[in-house]
Amino acid sequence: MTPTRWLLLALTVVGVSILAIAVGTIPVPISAIWDAVRGTGDTQLTYVVRALRLPRVVMASLVGVGLGMSGAALQGTMRNPLAEPYLLGVSGGAAVGAVLGQAAGVGGVFLPLAAFAGAIVAVLAAFVVAHAAGARGDPRVLLMAGVVVGAFANAAIMVILANAEPNTVRNALWWMMGSVGEAAWPQIAVLLGYILIGGGALVALGREIDVLALGEEAAAGLGLNVDTAIRRVFFVASLLAAATVAAAGLVGFVGLVVPHIARALGLRKHRPLLLASALVGATLVVSADLLGRVLRPPAELPLGAVTALVGVPFFLAKLRRLT
Amino acid sequence: MIAFDNVSVRYPRATSDALDRVSLATTRGTITAIVGPNGSGKSTVVRSLIRRVPLRDGRITIGGQPLSDLSGPDFARRVAVVTQREDLTFPVLVSDYVALGRFPHLGVWHAAGPADESAITAAMGTAGVDELASRRVDMLSGGEWQRVRLARALAQGGDVLVLDEPTAFLDVGHEMAVFELLERLARDGQTVLLVSHELNLVARFASHMVLLDHGRVVADGRPVDVMEAGVLERVYQWPVSIVADPIDGTPTLVLKRSR
Repeated sequence: MTPTRWLLLALTVVGVSILAIAVGTIPVPISAIWDAVRGTGDTQLTYVVRALRLPRVVMASLVGVGLGMSGAALQGTMRNPLAEPYLLGVSGGAAVGAVLGQAAGVGGVFLPLAAFAGAIVAVLAAFVVAHAAGARGDPRVLLMAGVVVGAFANAAIMVILANAEPNTVRNALWWMMGSVGEAAWPQIAVLLGYILIGGGALVALGREIDVLALGEEAAAGLGLNVDTAIRRVFFVASLLAAATVAAAGLVGFVGLVVPHIARALGLRKHRPLLLASALVGATLVVSADLLGRVLRPPAELPLGAVTALVGVPFFLAKLRRLT
Repeated sequence: MIAFDNVSVRYPRATSDALDRVSLATTRGTITAIVGPNGSGKSTVVRSLIRRVPLRDGRITIGGQPLSDLSGPDFARRVAVVTQREDLTFPVLVSDYVALGRFPHLGVWHAAGPADESAITAAMGTAGVDELASRRVDMLSGGEWQRVRLARALAQGGDVLVLDEPTAFLDVGHEMAVFELLERLARDGQTVLLVSHELNLVARFASHMVLLDHGRVVADGRPVDVMEAGVLERVYQWPVSIVADPIDGTPTLVLKRSR
């Protein structure tokens, strides 16, 4: 990809972000955004931008970055175009954590922690299941173990919700549909930390992912310790996804679709692919959140539903090309 | 270079050994071929070299050094392995693919330098794939893909090449081209160990053949010693006869009708 195209990709993120700050029930003129961000403009606009829209946009873009990179790393490592972070049981585990947390009356800043704990437990469970199955470093077994753990988690959620208060059920459902509507700076700071560490680690592992993408035997022939390398990528990718789920709930389809868009830009090696997936992911989630806000105001469509609605036609188009 | 000393391997949950006290050795500058029927353990030899199966017994050495003492990258800098199958779900460009051969030298952090670039260029030249550099690997013919994979192995810069059925799915012309390339590489000092079903080609090009059956070495030596009708009939369970090739006199297998 040429430097110009990289620049265009980066500008797209900036462009949709500005648009997402400007558009809403209270429109903010683009010329007033900078003043509002610095806190020197109109008081009402400053409040709208600094307290509501900017955190929302930043959170949405970070969620997109995390899910996009996680998906790109997993697809390459598993050599499977359908691989995505949620298939590893991350989403199910996080949902169980969050729902259990809500049922136990945990709220506010502690809810993401509960979700995060659930996601990590699920990932570890998937590793344990795969290990028990005895297949060393077979990514397909890890994938299936993730699916099993995810299915178990979904069943657990239904059991928990069956006896829960209606209010808890509604909150849990809303969270499971994904939202950046309550984005706040402390949460954003935590997520940013995970994205910087996890995303940086994945980029560093990019060359190993290139080798893993050749298949386990070819990778072993190139001197890579395949089992360790696969586990390392899985763990970091899961951590990234878990951090996004803890912050914004389940935002489906992003981890699946974004790497395909990045590959359609002509990127094949994983370092550039991961970086492009970060940018495409940010663009997609910020746009989806914007769409969810403006399609049926004052109601907000759940973010996860919008990303899926955007993702499905894209995937259908890709399917058409394959057949 | 590569030596197997009484190596036994058993897959998890298997009831018998996939390799049963196998000993073999390669010689620098020659082609050694492992032959045998399906399931005789040929690919397990390759898999045990790249440590995808643990040894139950015996030991493998590379240039006298125990394999277990070599790190993955140490091994891959000396020995390049072309496995039987390789399907890329997400195809890359030929040039990027061949460049992955430098992974054992670069690891995760080092950027490719002039030495890497020249190794890649030389490897592509030797394998005759320079003109394919900007093609995608999924757009290549079977013969081109096999040569590109060989180029990646050569880019590793070692002096031992291990190939698992390098001519599977190739037509007779392309088969000959691959074997002549391997012969040239051996003459230039490479040690070549290959697994093949092509007994007649192997007999012509290899200086040493190892015949496996049920994980055991049943014949080992020069092609004239191994290409023996009685042994091959027993191992392949099919009536055969051995004739001299009319051009160069190498022993050639001819299959008979079963009745």
